[in-house]
Amino acid sequence: MTTQRYDAIIVGGGHNGLVCAAYLARAGRKVLVLERRHVLGGAAVSEELYPGFHFSVCSYVVSLFRPQIIRDLELTKHGLEMIPLESSFTPQLEGPGLCRWPEWHRTRREIAQFSAQDADIYPEFGLAMSKMAYFARELIDNPAPDPASLNPTELIRMLRLGKHMRSLGPDMMHLNMQLLTMSACDFLDLWFESDVLKAPMAVSGIIGTFLGVRSPGTAYVLLHHYMGEIDGAFRSWGFVKGGTGQLSNAVANAARSLGVEIRTEAPVQQLLMRNGEAQGVVLENGDEIRANIVVSGLDPRRTFMNLVGEDHLEDDFVTQLKRFKYRGSSGKVNIAVDRLPEFAGRPNVNGRADHLRGDIAIAPGIDYLETAYDEAKYGDFSRRPYINVVIPSIVDPSVAPPGKHIVSCFVQYAPYHIKEGPENWPSRREAFGDTVVDTLEEYCPGFKDSILFRQVLTPWDLEQEFGLTEGNIFHGELSPEQLLFQRPMSGWAQYKTPIDKLWMCASGTHPGGGIMGAPGLLAARAILKARAT
Amino acid sequence: MPIPSPFHPRTSALCTGLRWKDWAGYHAVCNYGICHEPEYYAFRHAAGLMDVTPLHKYDVHGPDAAAFLARVMAKNILKLKLGQVTYCCWCDEHGKLLDDGTVWRLDEQYFRVTAAEPNLTWFKRNAHGFDVTIVDTTSQIAAVSLQGPHARDILKQVCDADMDGLKFFWMTPTSIEGHDAIITRTGYTGDLGYEVWVGNDAALPLWDALMSAGQPFGIAPTGLDALDVCRVEAGFIMNGVDYYSANHCIIENRKSTPYEAGLGWTVNLDRDPFIGQEPLRREKENGAIRHFVGLEVDWDEFEHLHDQFGLPPELCTEAWRDPKPIYTPSGKQVGYATSGAWSPMLKKNLALATVDSQFSDVGEELRIECTVEYERHKIKATIEKKPFFDPPRKRSVLGDTK
Repeated sequence: MTTQRYDAIIVGGGHNGLVCAAYLARAGRKVLVLERRHVLGGAAVSEELYPGFHFSVCSYVVSLFRPQIIRDLELTKHGLEMIPLESSFTPQLEGPGLCRWPEWHRTRREIAQFSAQDADIYPEFGLAMSKMAYFARELIDNPAPDPASLNPTELIRMLRLGKHMRSLGPDMMHLNMQLLTMSACDFLDLWFESDVLKAPMAVSGIIGTFLGVRSPGTAYVLLHHYMGEIDGAFRSWGFVKGGTGQLSNAVANAARSLGVEIRTEAPVQQLLMRNGEAQGVVLENGDEIRANIVVSGLDPRRTFMNLVGEDHLEDDFVTQLKRFKYRGSSGKVNIAVDRLPEFAGRPNVNGRADHLRGDIAIAPGIDYLETAYDEAKYGDFSRRPYINVVIPSIVDPSVAPPGKHIVSCFVQYAPYHIKEGPENWPSRREAFGDTVVDTLEEYCPGFKDSILFRQVLTPWDLEQEFGLTEGNIFHGELSPEQLLFQRPMSGWAQYKTPIDKLWMCASGTHPGGGIMGAPGLLAARAILKARAT
Repeated sequence: MPIPSPFHPRTSALCTGLRWKDWAGYHAVCNYGICHEPEYYAFRHAAGLMDVTPLHKYDVHGPDAAAFLARVMAKNILKLKLGQVTYCCWCDEHGKLLDDGTVWRLDEQYFRVTAAEPNLTWFKRNAHGFDVTIVDTTSQIAAVSLQGPHARDILKQVCDADMDGLKFFWMTPTSIEGHDAIITRTGYTGDLGYEVWVGNDAALPLWDALMSAGQPFGIAPTGLDALDVCRVEAGFIMNGVDYYSANHCIIENRKSTPYEAGLGWTVNLDRDPFIGQEPLRREKENGAIRHFVGLEVDWDEFEHLHDQFGLPPELCTEAWRDPKPIYTPSGKQVGYATSGAWSPMLKKNLALATVDSQFSDVGEELRIECTVEYERHKIKATIEKKPFFDPPRKRSVLGDTK
């Protein structure tokens, strides 16, 4: 047992934990961050898995990272650089497919190949969604008000939100209702007719959920996509130079410069509980470290079931906790290749591939996506999955040797709960990887031959290696019933927990997953405001 | 990346200044040399030839073509005669401006619309119940604008059409170098001028014929920068600069009505229902709250202000588009200028502005923001009648007009 005492211990060195730590230290608190793995970042991590190739192992693009955090923590000075994604390409098995560009007229011409009407409506849709995103921005930058509470602070928050909502006008209120209740597919049908356009747009509604593009509630998640686009340059989707882990490293550097102590390979066994109160942590090696408060950067299930233990919790709470849905639905395949992939329908020109500088969606149609979901519903991975491919080495040559590339594939659906049981995922891992490679080979003949190395991460691996319960990349599904004042559960959506002196700061809290940093920031603010330490 | 127009092989060879911009998704020349002024003078003293292919073009056919356009446009298109062209605008159901352009009557049941922005879906959405076909012909038709006092002389060399008799805002079909062409007496310079419309395959022969016939008349290829100065002198409003299409506005205040934009003269209220009719009628009765006006910035004050800094008056010779606030003499902000230019013809410093209607009469003395040596000042700007420059040749007809 050490005698060292801290104002706060953060369990988990993911990006949110690090952000929270930095803000607490900035307010003068003595903070310790404990990370189980040998690298920081949690799921926002880069690793050199194959010599010369620096993979963004899990999370691979950034959209919603709060610009305020970059300014407050001077992250640019601490090594953060972002590179925007330049296009969005949806190949088809026949023909050149659809590519959406930053230039309106170029995109308009691309869409007009499939539907002249959709080409005109596309900017109109963008404007409506941007208006909604402008509204939603208020939500993600502030704690979620609790509508059931009579506490004056909460009432004022609700009133302010109500006023903000009224300013939207009737058209936008209707749009808001549609977004909250409809499926991504039905919602897009209200605007567009072309399947080729709707499919890549609809996938924004299903990423990280165990839902299909025709499942109600998925329209809302589309909005998150537009929040990434709002305000153009300073909030657009981007790569982190050097890989996603560089964002975590930049936050860690900033935190250290503010006096935060960070330990890696320091797995926490459980909380040090006395009289129903968290007094510190016990490490796996038996060390006990005390602090005024403990802040958990783990997901809700790991926080309460593993760190706290069911014995210390009330039945009601445990019931709600068990109802919080994880059911991971995606996997990741990271590939090193010896040449730039080339799509048959839209060949590269003199070795240049402008259409591959952004994201590439293997989502050729709505039925394709729904069929992929059908297989997952009954406990199998999709034979022809939705794949979100990025090749960061095109715009960031620092992550791969010259002329060689990293092909990062986010793959859905790969349900955690396969028929054989999740623990049998290791025996299906390579078959899953083959499916992904075979799918890509259909669009890029010769792709298979260019592979130097591949890493296949199934939902089981995401859980075992990265501590993501059931492999859910967002610390719990981002579906409307698990958002705002219900994230992770009603009554406990403001970073405080029923355990005295235990707080939460990660993606399982409002406003949710993605490399946003907002939960970490909002948790730090809540802790400081409550004078908890 | 913008795409080349059918004239690109010629325009790119001539554009030695390499100054281009994106116009509706096409490569468009800003100016051919290193400065736009010779091109401006070509427009005003000789003839300027400009590629205007990027204009959006829609062909409307069918038994209900006229009735449909009468419903969509604020102007009564039913009255448009065969061979006539009209300038008009169109609004959403709240009477807010969506775009402006021209409508031509090619035949009883055949019209063409030109527009600044894509409008296909808006037209199609409102075509329900009308027996019409609407086709986006933007990429099938190549067009040049030939503007300037010698434009007519040049066209007379390349076609047999009755150019002397062709009236302002009328059109004629003709043949140039063996290719079908349509000549409209239209343009954006406020001068004598024409636009010539051909199929893409006739683009290069058309360009070559005009450049060669124009040689003795001092023809010059011209770009958007020269045009911009001309259109300010002509007092023409521009979508996306002086007003914004309601489709792109996040807030209501950003939208405009035809009456505010000085396009009230293009609205025909008393007729069968058209889109925006009721709100427009109400606005006509109540009066618009602001108006689009022309301003002449006082030269003496401008010169005097610079003199105070020990500077000669400094003017940018290009037209500007960065908005400047407009004040009353007592210092209250009552509007904003959205474009302006020094007029080499008039030797006047001009601006186009939107101001509160109570301050919008011709002769009203206002103040415009003027920055000298990084300091903001206000100088006198007086409302003048538009167009600032309006030569008789713009509408002149020669010979037998029948």
